[in-house]
Amino acid sequence: MRVGTAKQSYAADEGLFKTDTQKVWFGLLLAALVLFPLNGSSYWMFLAVLVMINVISTTGLNILTGYTGQVSLGHAAFMAVGAYTVAFFDGRFGTPVLLNLVLAGAVAAGIGYLVGLPSLRIKGLYLAIATLAAAVILGFIFLNWTPVTGGLRGLNVPTATIAGIELATPDRLYWLVMPITVVMVLAAKNLFRTRVGRAFIAIRDRDISAEIIGISLFKYKLMSFAISSFYAGVAGGLWAYLFRVVTPESFPALASIFFLAAVIVGGAGTIVGGIFGAVFMTLIPEFLKLSATALVPWFPDASIYLAPVRNIIFGLLIIGFLIFEPMGLAEMWRRTRRYFALWPFRT
Amino acid sequence: MAVEFIDIVETSLAGIGTGSLMALTGVAFVIIYKATKVINLAIGEMLMIGAFVFYGFSAGLALPIWASVPLTLVVAALIGGLIERTMIRPLLKDNPVSVFMVTIGLTSVLIGVVELVWSAEPRRLPEFLPSQPVLLGDAFIPSKTAYSFVIAAAAMAVLITVFAFWRGGIALRATATDRAAASSVGIDVPGVFSFSWMLAAVVAALAGILVGSVGGISSAMGLFGLSVFVVVIVGGLDSILGALIAGLFIGWLEAMVGRFMGGEFKLLATFTILLVVLVVRPYGLFGTHEIERL
Amino acid sequence: MSPSDSAAPVRPPAARLDVENLSLQFGGVKALDGIDLHVEPGSITALIGPNGAGKTSAFNAISGFYRPKTGTVKLDGVDITQVPARDRAKLGLARTFQNIALFRGMTVLDNIKLGRHAHLTSGVFGAFLYWGRTRREEMELRAEIERDVIDFLELDHIRNVPVAILPYGLQKKVELARALAMRPRILMLDEPVAGMNREETEDMARAILDVRDEWGVTVLLVEHDMGMVMDISDHVCVLNFGRRIAAGSPTEVRNDPDVIKAYLGGSGDPRKAALDGAAMGEVA
Repeated sequence: MRVGTAKQSYAADEGLFKTDTQKVWFGLLLAALVLFPLNGSSYWMFLAVLVMINVISTTGLNILTGYTGQVSLGHAAFMAVGAYTVAFFDGRFGTPVLLNLVLAGAVAAGIGYLVGLPSLRIKGLYLAIATLAAAVILGFIFLNWTPVTGGLRGLNVPTATIAGIELATPDRLYWLVMPITVVMVLAAKNLFRTRVGRAFIAIRDRDISAEIIGISLFKYKLMSFAISSFYAGVAGGLWAYLFRVVTPESFPALASIFFLAAVIVGGAGTIVGGIFGAVFMTLIPEFLKLSATALVPWFPDASIYLAPVRNIIFGLLIIGFLIFEPMGLAEMWRRTRRYFALWPFRT
Repeated sequence: MAVEFIDIVETSLAGIGTGSLMALTGVAFVIIYKATKVINLAIGEMLMIGAFVFYGFSAGLALPIWASVPLTLVVAALIGGLIERTMIRPLLKDNPVSVFMVTIGLTSVLIGVVELVWSAEPRRLPEFLPSQPVLLGDAFIPSKTAYSFVIAAAAMAVLITVFAFWRGGIALRATATDRAAASSVGIDVPGVFSFSWMLAAVVAALAGILVGSVGGISSAMGLFGLSVFVVVIVGGLDSILGALIAGLFIGWLEAMVGRFMGGEFKLLATFTILLVVLVVRPYGLFGTHEIERL
Repeated sequence: MSPSDSAAPVRPPAARLDVENLSLQFGGVKALDGIDLHVEPGSITALIGPNGAGKTSAFNAISGFYRPKTGTVKLDGVDITQVPARDRAKLGLARTFQNIALFRGMTVLDNIKLGRHAHLTSGVFGAFLYWGRTRREEMELRAEIERDVIDFLELDHIRNVPVAILPYGLQKKVELARALAMRPRILMLDEPVAGMNREETEDMARAILDVRDEWGVTVLLVEHDMGMVMDISDHVCVLNFGRRIAAGSPTEVRNDPDVIKAYLGGSGDPRKAALDGAAMGEVA
């Protein structure tokens, strides 16, 4: 049992990791991430890359929805913006990969900023509808701005190449995606140790008090939109390098619901929650696929029910977590940890 | 390209026909919002499930229309009540955003259920409306559009009368105004909540039958709901009159844009209108402007 | 009370507040009708009146939430009537709310830190890295808040507790702490002891006096608890139906016939006792 953690300085109390246990866990996580490729299965590597891309994107949505309280129904559209940006610049000009990713984030952030503009006047559910409208309009642009987006057929994406090494397979792409994910997640964690992050939460919890304290709602809401879209844009850019083709169908409206579900299921307003949610939600369809394959001997056409069952499960997860565990997996995780920290005593 | 006057008239009439269905679905949305303050993002999917249930009765079980329609409406009411009891009521005391997100989850569930039972294939409903085209002066209106307009108009007339004069309608309006006060004068507020969802589901299912008989049904027909949001936001979330007028207007606009600019511009036009309304007049043309108190 | 001996930072001087001819209208209803209010630097001034007299409306107009129809609000002689609410924080105007407006999802410490938001400068890029200036600024903020606010109001034991689970009295105190973290020159408290029991009320009254004495800040408060108002105020202003009906020292106001009439609406009402110093218990 751990009774408490005494700290000698405020710096220690304000640290990213507050206890030695947390530092050890983080070290183990990093080691696991470095050692993961040893499993040698390209299926697992593909899955790992996809999971991490979704972690970045979910963290972005979590900043906007979980921390700032602005529901967005258009998150996937910002990913699409990032994916198209990468496809356009790499395909057209062959610019370096990292630059493309930054551009993907920046273009998405710029558009996110614009989409956030109505948040000056409208809030809550109206804003959610406005983001839906923005996503529809972006979808229209992807489909019709053919010279840039390739219209219905979309764009092919060249292989990501860094220092002459072609990252053609998930095994190699992993080494690009993994460090970016770690850095972006830690950056998000840092954000909420500072005045900027606190301002976001203040707006979520009580916008009137936020204003009285001198927080410009407009500025910080837009900033949250821009940051969230930046994360989505980078994630979309990496997605483009993984799938190598971007079309208007790549990021359907249901994808936005996927990320919203990931935030809710994982735990809105905690960084670790975003990670849990993204991992969980990405793995569910894979798990279903495996189950369907396993069921084939008895139900030969089990696989055609895959998509509908997935939709039902996504929906039920959103509903179930909102009703029974609104703080998500992160809260379940916290309770578990607390149980062991106090073991053998019970709370 | 010279646009002929008769073309404009015919397109407008067809648009108003579609608009009447949007208005009807919009009314279903408004009923829920008025009574429970829930923004129901799944209204399009409730419409869809209604259409598929009707398909199940009329095509699957090959029941006659006079039996299929009432059975569909009864099933829709049960579904609406079930949704309210199991998903909405546990969260009514929480913040509205949670309930809103529950309806997003509901969207996904309903689409999944329809695809599981009926697959994602588009289907046609059995013909039951007269197929004789309707002529209004020189303008030619497709018969299904014309008859569904008449049915939708009749349904709305009934609804409005009910709201104005029947006890339950008054209870619903009282609950909308002030839950605590309504409950203190003996109105069964949870009952009103259930009733509003059941009624909305019935109205949405009726709209679904009509929409499906005009354009066929598929698991993607919930997209109709997107235009309906625009309708209710433009009209004002809590205004039945607003839903009517905005429904006809948006239907007309989509038809005109679709006819003279191309189908892909339809949603663009409606959503641009939506953004403009949201920024200029967020509570809609006829909605109540809630003054924020500290 | 301990902390004033620790090298106190330079306090900004107490502010003077002048409200002249303030009127406010909601639709056809006149909430405020040309009120005047003068708050001397370093004083504790109370705004009282029966329910619906317009006290909170006056507060909201002074802090910039409501745009007054006529009249001016001057801080140290500078007209701030047109300054938006959020920019008044920087000018040294801090307030609390009648029904506690804390950030419920955050800890006590984060709530208090937020009070200083407008005084900090680090931006979003620094925040991502938590490095250099941002890090320094956050550390200084933490040390200063611990020293000046948390110790001062004796909140050490709950600093890492989410405010949502604190009892009412403590939440009120945290809200005061957050207002103090704003380094106010004038502190506006909207019913600081409403709903509190005797002991909590005395605790809060002492805290308010300490704040005035040790921070040297001007205090303007709205309160129903007459006992407390009469005990700690230097100056009392009475509103009724949106008009100022009296102003002066507690003793003067207590004996003012208009005030007595406003509160009693006649004579022989047991509430007379309220004006004589007992708690009114008219809790919102």
